[in-house]
Amino acid sequence: MGFLEYAPAPESAAILNLKAEYGLFIDGEFVDGHGEVFDTISPATEKVIARIAQADGKDVDRAVAAARRSYEKVWSRMSGSDRGKYLFRIARLVQERSRELAVAEALDNGKPIRETRDVDVPLVAAWFFYYAGWADKLEHAGLGPNPRALGVAAQVIPWNFPLLMLAWKIAPALAAGNTVVIKPAETTSLTAMLFAEILQQAELPAGVVNIVTGPGSTGQALVTHDDVNKVAFTGSTGVGRMIARSVAGTSKKLTLELGGKAANIVFDDAPMDQAIEGIVNGIFFNQGHVCCAGSRLLVQENVHDEVIDRLKQRLSTLRMGDPLDKNTDIGAINSAAQLERIRTLSDVGEEEGAERWTADCVIPDKGFWFAPTIFTQVSPAHRIAREEIFGPVLSVITFRTAAEAIAKANNTPYGLSAGIWTEKGSRMLALADQLRAGVIWANTFNRFDPSSPFGGYKESGYGREGGRHGLAAYLASNGWEASGSSSASRPVTKASKTTKKAVAK
Amino acid sequence: MSRLTVPKTYKLYVGGKFPRSESGRTYEVATPKGAFLANAAQASRKDARDAVVAARSAVGGWAGATGYNRGQVLYRIAELLEGRRAQFVDEIVQSEGVSATAAGAQVDAAIDVWVWYAGWADKYAQVAGNANPVAGPYFNISVPEPTGVVAIIAPQQATGASLLGLAAVVAPAILTGNTVVVVAHERAPLSAISLGEVLATSDVPGGVVNILTGSPAEIAPWLAAHADVNALDLAGAGDLEWVDLQIAAAETLTRVLQPEPGIPSPSLDRIGAFIEIKTVWHTKAMR
Repeated sequence: MGFLEYAPAPESAAILNLKAEYGLFIDGEFVDGHGEVFDTISPATEKVIARIAQADGKDVDRAVAAARRSYEKVWSRMSGSDRGKYLFRIARLVQERSRELAVAEALDNGKPIRETRDVDVPLVAAWFFYYAGWADKLEHAGLGPNPRALGVAAQVIPWNFPLLMLAWKIAPALAAGNTVVIKPAETTSLTAMLFAEILQQAELPAGVVNIVTGPGSTGQALVTHDDVNKVAFTGSTGVGRMIARSVAGTSKKLTLELGGKAANIVFDDAPMDQAIEGIVNGIFFNQGHVCCAGSRLLVQENVHDEVIDRLKQRLSTLRMGDPLDKNTDIGAINSAAQLERIRTLSDVGEEEGAERWTADCVIPDKGFWFAPTIFTQVSPAHRIAREEIFGPVLSVITFRTAAEAIAKANNTPYGLSAGIWTEKGSRMLALADQLRAGVIWANTFNRFDPSSPFGGYKESGYGREGGRHGLAAYLASNGWEASGSSSASRPVTKASKTTKKAVAK
Repeated sequence: MSRLTVPKTYKLYVGGKFPRSESGRTYEVATPKGAFLANAAQASRKDARDAVVAARSAVGGWAGATGYNRGQVLYRIAELLEGRRAQFVDEIVQSEGVSATAAGAQVDAAIDVWVWYAGWADKYAQVAGNANPVAGPYFNISVPEPTGVVAIIAPQQATGASLLGLAAVVAPAILTGNTVVVVAHERAPLSAISLGEVLATSDVPGGVVNILTGSPAEIAPWLAAHADVNALDLAGAGDLEWVDLQIAAAETLTRVLQPEPGIPSPSLDRIGAFIEIKTVWHTKAMR
């Protein structure tokens, strides 16, 4: 056994007590869907883990009706402190079952257990714990007098952080007093089903949270439903556009967390050890399946060679393989379709003249894998510098001056995140001011916290998740007006009918 | 012996200058009873695009100014409006057909709107932003920043809107550092162009406010679909096919504020509609 070889240390999947098939979770119970049942597989082995029900339009109707009923009869009449207690219960149950959830997530998503155990699941618990405390303190959130819930929230989440995105969506919605219908991504429904069991253990009133599984068409039926008051979506900019079009002309409140092409800017005076780890964490965390990933490395020209050499060295020590192995750094790509997209864009990178380097990893026979890859000699016009690859692929661009770094960093239709590495505090602060992005990490990267707002500028979407600002996304504005002007509250509207002037196309 | 008056040529206000429409078009502005008042410039698609270019190039300087500075500039607008009160009352009486008392009340209300928003410029970040107590060794702070270029359809009510409506939509957008392209009241655009003269002489940098006169129905679709417009305020677009405008804006995820039935009241919500929250994590370390 060589210096960097480790004996396998797989986490046992025996902790899981999975059912062969999962139904939809509507009105507090698992029910059959009317669409065709589909498989959820492990992307590391391509083996079927369980069968998942598919919700069609009728099922979505049922789920929305259940959410509406529970909103009107139960949840909107409950005190904030009781709503909060349910959320605290959920946070505790997530902590109690954290090992099981971490294993299930690694199995179903393909991400390493080290990440699900240390990042995803702890943050899920933290999110519920944080928003639990807000439920009876909404009037102190600084969002105007007498904040009110919107009603029924329709939520569609992606496959990259399945359970964490569910928590980002459900926790603030419930704390603000809304009820929810949520659709997990087609390839990663499993932990949402375990979460439904947690809701049963928490004795959350029936219909407060409803989970409908299925493909994009299920999500479309949900976000275009006439009786939802709020739409929240995390996913691609393309789908975000479609959703923005579909809610046009309605009174549905919309928040979108979309794509990104973040610049991670490294100056020559950066704390280099930390910067190298930060670059690796920025783009190779979660196989690069991160909307805020630092996929464009902007490195000052005079340290380019040093940074690239050290990066290659570091990447050569990363271990790719079994997501359930506690030594694994890089897991499986989530799906065959995503792997294809990463391969296609990487090939385009080579064709357009960038220089490709790929870490020497042993690729398992089964499953979907892509070894960490770096492109140097990248021009800002290359597709790999402009389009979101959503995989473990880093595009390296150089700069000489801070002004050039800012111009290159902002030269993108996206604006989700950015990173700055320098020991010069004044420059760091000035740069943070100039970067057009919603989240900026200075001498760190990919940090998340329930108290910290997250969301993008420009085509990375609108609205924030996390913190006080994330609460605002689920509350009706009560007209926070100048004193003396009319502050008559606008009535809570029954979704789309009130302001719709013409039929949205 | 009576003196022959010297009427004003009403033009657009773009990039701090007063150009005619590049199209050479004008349209007749009349009193509600039909008497001729002026030939206003009828802005074209090209004028709208030129205005967006002017607005974009003004963002850096205006957003980079201090809140204290922007607040003083907005207050200066109120001061100059006050000094020109008689002129605005006269224009409103003529173009809206209202009494001098009603016109005076509108001018006063518009001045007060500028003053109210002026006072927010160096405070808004304190209310909309905050430090975040994250679980780790980081100084984490969220601050509001302007979204960029805001395109606005000004309120179009028959009376009470020609000057006040403009203040009610432009002031909340620019106080945080946005720049705007605003399509003025179509039938009563004279106060809007006279406001341009106030802006031009009140230290508002050229391009921060760009005023187009003409047909909102004609101009709005080009602004809504423009990729370099960050936000669209449809305040006065209630009678247009505004759902189509919102759909067009979705193409580049432009932020949209839907039409309002009345003239928008001064509110923090209106300021908040055109800002982005930026959150910065600073690493704490003793090394």
